Amino acid sequence: MLSWPNFVSQLFNGLALGTLLALISSGLTIIYGTLGVLNLAHGAMFMMGGYAGFLAFQYTGSFVLSVIIGSLTVLLIGVVTERLIIRHFYDRPPEDQVLVTFGLGIVFVELVRLGFGSLARQVNPPSWGAGVVHLGFLFYPAYRLELLVIIALALAVLYYILYRTQLGMIVRAGIEDAVMVDMLGINIDKVFMLVFGIGAMAAGFAGIINAPVLALTPDMGDDILIETFVVVVIGGVGSFPGAILGGLISGEILSLTSMVNPAYSQVMLFVVMTLVLMLRPQGLLGAKSRT
Amino acid sequence: MAKNSDTKNLGLSRRSLLKSGAQLAGAGLLPVALARNAFAETYPALGTFPAGSAGASVFVGLTTPLTGTYAAQGVDERKGFELAIEHLNAGHALMKKYSPLTTKGVLGKQVTLGVADSEAKPNTAVQAQTRFITENKAVMIAGCVSSAVAVALNKLSMREKVIYLPGISGSNDTTGKDCARYSFRECHYAYSAAAALAPELIKTFGKNKKVAFLTPDYTYGHSVTSSMQEFLKPAGWTTVTDQVAPLGTPDYNTYLLNIANSGADVLININFGNDAVNSIKQANQLGILQKMKLVMPYISPFLSKQAGPELMAGVYGTTEWWWTLSQTNEMAKMFVDEFKAKNGYTPEWGAHAGYVQVALWADAVEHAKTFYPPEVIKSYESGRKLTTDMGEVSWRAEDHQLVRPVYIVKGKAAKDMKSPDDYFEIIETVAGAGVMQKPDAFGCKLGSAT
Repeated sequence: MLSWPNFVSQLFNGLALGTLLALISSGLTIIYGTLGVLNLAHGAMFMMGGYAGFLAFQYTGSFVLSVIIGSLTVLLIGVVTERLIIRHFYDRPPEDQVLVTFGLGIVFVELVRLGFGSLARQVNPPSWGAGVVHLGFLFYPAYRLELLVIIALALAVLYYILYRTQLGMIVRAGIEDAVMVDMLGINIDKVFMLVFGIGAMAAGFAGIINAPVLALTPDMGDDILIETFVVVVIGGVGSFPGAILGGLISGEILSLTSMVNPAYSQVMLFVVMTLVLMLRPQGLLGAKSRT
Repeated sequence: MAKNSDTKNLGLSRRSLLKSGAQLAGAGLLPVALARNAFAETYPALGTFPAGSAGASVFVGLTTPLTGTYAAQGVDERKGFELAIEHLNAGHALMKKYSPLTTKGVLGKQVTLGVADSEAKPNTAVQAQTRFITENKAVMIAGCVSSAVAVALNKLSMREKVIYLPGISGSNDTTGKDCARYSFRECHYAYSAAAALAPELIKTFGKNKKVAFLTPDYTYGHSVTSSMQEFLKPAGWTTVTDQVAPLGTPDYNTYLLNIANSGADVLININFGNDAVNSIKQANQLGILQKMKLVMPYISPFLSKQAGPELMAGVYGTTEWWWTLSQTNEMAKMFVDEFKAKNGYTPEWGAHAGYVQVALWADAVEHAKTFYPPEVIKSYESGRKLTTDMGEVSWRAEDHQLVRPVYIVKGKAAKDMKSPDDYFEIIETVAGAGVMQKPDAFGCKLGSAT
């Protein structure tokens, strides 16, 4: 399979795969960066975005509406979860935080299983996403090309919020020193709630826009969660640019290794993660340590 | 991710323990049960014998994946088991057709079923079954959708001397390879599927074709791929690429691009469960299904329901059983009707394999007249002709594989479907005896059962 056209195809596919991972990971990483909580229910947020969108699609028949409804639903789930449960864990030890988010993940998955069963559900690509595009060097599904653009836009919006708005400034200041931000009279409590909601929404949004590619099942978030962690570790925990870089690197590793030996593509992901941990434990773009 | 299995298990096993405890107490008062105990004790203690069958009821433990990639198939298999146990305990007419000596229960004892989630992981399944054996004294353990689990439970069953029935297991390694003494496989598998399907493929598509394989990376996947290669090679079919992907891969695009660029004429996709659904769907989006013929040698239950006839029309494959057999066979009709009435949907082959295995186990135990495992194994190995909805079948004593037909099916287009579940046409029924590997293919002599 080592041919020039295949190499270019895989390089491109790595980019597409990488942007999706980057989007989901950015949600995970801003939650951790700001709140200090490792959200193990993040995979479930991805899954619930897909199902909320699926349900909306059944009623509205409009893909765009499903994406909006799906994302807002997960935003709401995120905010409610933060208010009811997560905020009581900010001052608890990390193992408690891990346990509660892990438990929440199980509850979300089983609730969806209760409602929808285990059979895979399908969301077809919208009419503007049907068919295959010939790019000269490869054939690629039209929807996936559009997905690339949609995700890039979503990442740009996230970037804008984090780096160009007052909320973003507060979030970034909160990452540096939450106590100081609180002392400056800013209601860090509200900010935390919003960040958790936005982080969850990033995963939920990814879940619904990716639904035409990946069939929906209650535990579809489990495998994604693991890859997302790898991305965050490679890019640097708590770093938004790190999540993007980590996502792109992971996408390329998965794609390019498969040309040489497909059975090793997942293995290589962990090999690279281990190397990063050994040579640069804070991740490629991570800060040295976090208070 | 470790999921809900622990909580589920605890609840179930505690309940069943209480239940069997109460039944034990009740049984002690009955002279009939005492007489049977005395009879049973003419055999030495072995595994869970005689403790497991001393009371008025016996316990059987089932582990199937209720979560993960194979959940839908696991749940279907469980429902087949549940129906079979219900029919056994009630002495239902269908059960009596499979096991003519059955009255109610097995050897007059009611059967209690314990269920746990295997997550399609060998470790989880072994842990749960070990609990069923030690705590509940299971007289039989069952269940599998992933052959990796079957291989692990084969070994457990030999160590613990408890009969094991796999359920869905397509790997060649499940029978024969580890000289599994205590397990009995009902379903067809890699070798028999490939041997039955290959001539049909060659007849339909011609000689000298280039093939791309998409293989799940564990014993089942490798087993089916190598068997298909073996049977297609003589007709000049060559493998241009074998894309091996892990179980539960979320995105097959990477592997599919290699296939799209391989110049193959035929895509043979070995994936099962949701992996099959995702890989077919993504192959279609890449335009591969327009360029290559799709073949699914070992069709996963519910695949057509989930992928839809648009993608499955014209796809060739094999299946353990298909519900339209109920149009010509009375036993199949009874099974479909009973299952539908209880569960509200048309059963697929996970449920069927579950049901038939339990029925044939009951038949073996009734003929052995005891739960003493070596006698039950002897009864299985007797070569007795068995009546099933697939016609007359028998167990092959040398490797404990059921000699049974393989059904070759072809996906129907939406316009040809006569009912919502009418996804496949059975184009040929291939007799089992001619498509099995030699019983000593792995060099095994099963030897003594004790």
